[in-house]
Amino acid sequence: MIDLKDKLVLCLGERDGIAAPALQACVESAGAEVIYAETQCFV
Amino acid sequence: MDLEEQGNISRLVASGQHDRMVAILGTPNPASTRMVAMTLRDGDPSYAGPLAGIPLGLPVYHVLEDQVKQRIDPDVYEYEVGPMEFVLDRDGIINALQFVREAKAA
Repeated sequence: MIDLKDKLVLCLGERDGIAAPALQACVESAGAEVIYAETQCFV
Repeated sequence: MDLEEQGNISRLVASGQHDRMVAILGTPNPASTRMVAMTLRDGDPSYAGPLAGIPLGLPVYHVLEDQVKQRIDPDVYEYEVGPMEFVLDRDGIINALQFVREAKAA
C-alpha cells in the first residue's frame, strides 16, 4: 500500500473525471503535501 | 497532458526532492490514464512536449485505486470522490496503470 504521509504530491485532475481540488483534499487528509494541482479540460 | 502542464511538472521535478514526489491522477478513462502515466514515468509518448524523451520516473497512482483510497479519510473520500467511484471505469483505469507499470518493469 502506498504511504502518502510527508509525500510531495502532484494532483492531476480532469474535468470529466475527478478535479484537482478534490484530489488535493483527499491526499491532504492522508498527510501529504500538495505541490502542484491542476485540472485539465479538453473540451 | 498539455504542453504547458508538461513544462510545469518538468520544472517542479528539476527543483529537487524527486524521491518524495508522487503523482495522483483523477483521469476519467483508461486511455487518458495510460497517456498521463506514461508521460510522467517514461516521457511524452507523442514526442510533442517538454517531457519528450525525459523519463521522470515518478510513481503514478489513481485516486480510485484501493491502495490510495485506504490511506484517505473515508469521510473526505466520500465527499470529494463519492459517486464518481462508480461512474468511472475503475477496473479499466487500474488495468491501464498496471500496463504502464509492467511495461516499465520489463
